[in-house]
Amino acid sequence: MKRLISLVALLLLVCGGLAYASTQLQKSSGAASGKVLNLYNWGDYLDPALLKKFQTETGYHVNVETFDSNEAMYTKLKQGGTHYDLAVPSEYMVSKLKAAHLLQPLDHSRLTGMQNYDSRFLNQSFDRGNRYSLPYFWGTLGIVYNDRFVKPGTLTHWSQLWSPKYRDQLMLIDSARDILGMALVEQGHSMNTTNPQTLLAATKRLDQLSPNVKAVVADEIKMYMSQDEAAVAVDWSGEAAEMLAQNKHLHYVVPSEGSNLWFDNLVIPKTAQHYQAIYAFLNFMSRPQNAAQNAEYIGYATPNAKAKALLPARVRNDRQFYPDDKTLRHLQVYRNLAPRVVQTYNDRYLEFKMHH
Amino acid sequence: MTKRNFWGYFVPYGLWLGLFVIAPVALIVYQSFFNLDHQFTFANYADYFQSGVYLKMTLNSVWYAFLITLFTGLISYPTAYVLHQLKHRQLWLLLVILPTWINILLKAYAFIGLFSQDGLANTFLRFIGVGPHQLLFTNASFIFVATYIQIPFMILPIYNALDDLNPALVNASRDLGATHWQTFRHVIFPLTLPGVKAGIQAVFIPSLSLFMLTRLIGGNKVITLGTAIEEHFLTTMNWGMGSTIGVVLIVAMIIVMQLTTDHTKGAAK
Repeated sequence: MKRLISLVALLLLVCGGLAYASTQLQKSSGAASGKVLNLYNWGDYLDPALLKKFQTETGYHVNVETFDSNEAMYTKLKQGGTHYDLAVPSEYMVSKLKAAHLLQPLDHSRLTGMQNYDSRFLNQSFDRGNRYSLPYFWGTLGIVYNDRFVKPGTLTHWSQLWSPKYRDQLMLIDSARDILGMALVEQGHSMNTTNPQTLLAATKRLDQLSPNVKAVVADEIKMYMSQDEAAVAVDWSGEAAEMLAQNKHLHYVVPSEGSNLWFDNLVIPKTAQHYQAIYAFLNFMSRPQNAAQNAEYIGYATPNAKAKALLPARVRNDRQFYPDDKTLRHLQVYRNLAPRVVQTYNDRYLEFKMHH
Repeated sequence: MTKRNFWGYFVPYGLWLGLFVIAPVALIVYQSFFNLDHQFTFANYADYFQSGVYLKMTLNSVWYAFLITLFTGLISYPTAYVLHQLKHRQLWLLLVILPTWINILLKAYAFIGLFSQDGLANTFLRFIGVGPHQLLFTNASFIFVATYIQIPFMILPIYNALDDLNPALVNASRDLGATHWQTFRHVIFPLTLPGVKAGIQAVFIPSLSLFMLTRLIGGNKVITLGTAIEEHFLTTMNWGMGSTIGVVLIVAMIIVMQLTTDHTKGAAK
């Protein structure tokens, strides 16, 4: 017992000592001089080499904290007590944050890289005139398939997923908006419908998909698909890019009849403090070579047109991740729906999950 | 006990109880009376008891929790019994408890590796000529993994009950001519029943709201109340409804405690 206690005490001491040392280190590296930038980002969503470059170039020390869902980030920003200078919400969350008065407008006179962006990805419905947000990455929802089980080129439309030949072969991403949205598009409706009847019909259609559904999972889809566990999956392009990098039998398709177009955006929360650092960072990230380097590291599609031009041709011309104009025109951006409608989406989705 | 002593003991205990037991439960109950617009309402409860979905989910959860508890009990009792007879039983007990030191997520991922198409389990099935089977995302694999995770929490109280059992009673029973089975049936088992009940309490309630495993191992083919709570807090941000389900779980816990607490204990002593 005595030995156990002393062991535990030793462990605590070591942990405490290390924690103290690391805060001391952080303090000495810029934090003390006030030259800091507090970035609230998704996990592994910025090239660390780029971060280093920014720190040496400008002298600002960047503290990165991460979140794993838009909702978790929203809750944290809303409850206050945080001092994030920049956050990276998805498009519907930008509207929600805006409506909750949690954002600070961008001062466009201090932005130097706006002309680098592709105008198709600016001035979106969730933030007209980009008053509050700068697009960081964009992507789609689509179908990932393994060419060992599915003949390449044969799977290009949502409706094909209902085919009996994919019985017990399909994995779905665990996200109410996306999966119901897929069923809505399959039936020719908008992914932003608020009509309960339309939603109910989509749920019925989804129920018919049940025999094909092997599992409804989250991030694990990447692991399963790279290990050939399932033949087909419905997932986001960003996740697909990672899978494709791990397993060369995998392919990604965005159905041309339509799908979701999503954006992750840089915004300034109300509680921001270090404006010099914020604009230095925004302008740094808007520079073509930096945005290109980041896009190559993350593997998502960049909204920065000049950066895209700098990417290797095989990336730039990859129709999987930079779909052609026709498909792009059919993509739909999620609107921030009223909480009650979001609730309906999720209730219907929960029912689908229970039935399958 | 002197007055000073009393306060010395009571204050830290009372603070702990107030901050970490009473306050959270009170907050959950309070939250459960608010709708999405932060208005006071009973609608969450009405929704819960009127919607077939939640009731079906509750039945589902209770059924799976029952199965998990049953299998855990069936495995744990004999294990505890055998452990108790062994020579180095403290060491064996430590080995049983050891897996609880590992995070549940790591264990779940380990099972994903074992049960996947090219996993160890399927390699073995192929080797003995049965061919590969879909093991992941089945109800059976969900119950298997949940049972595995819960076993130590059942073994411990049963083991302790066996430890408390006076060996003289067992010897007396044998002396008086009872067979092994009769001794077990009429002496050992009734006297260790409190341990079994404590084990049921420790296993049943957490099993009602398992949610990581339902997704990772069950592929969301098993939906429990935990899934719904997770969704209400993380996706729809309808904390009221999430809390309502939480309150239902607390009530379920109280019922299970009532059913498994020995009411005659006080009189017998």
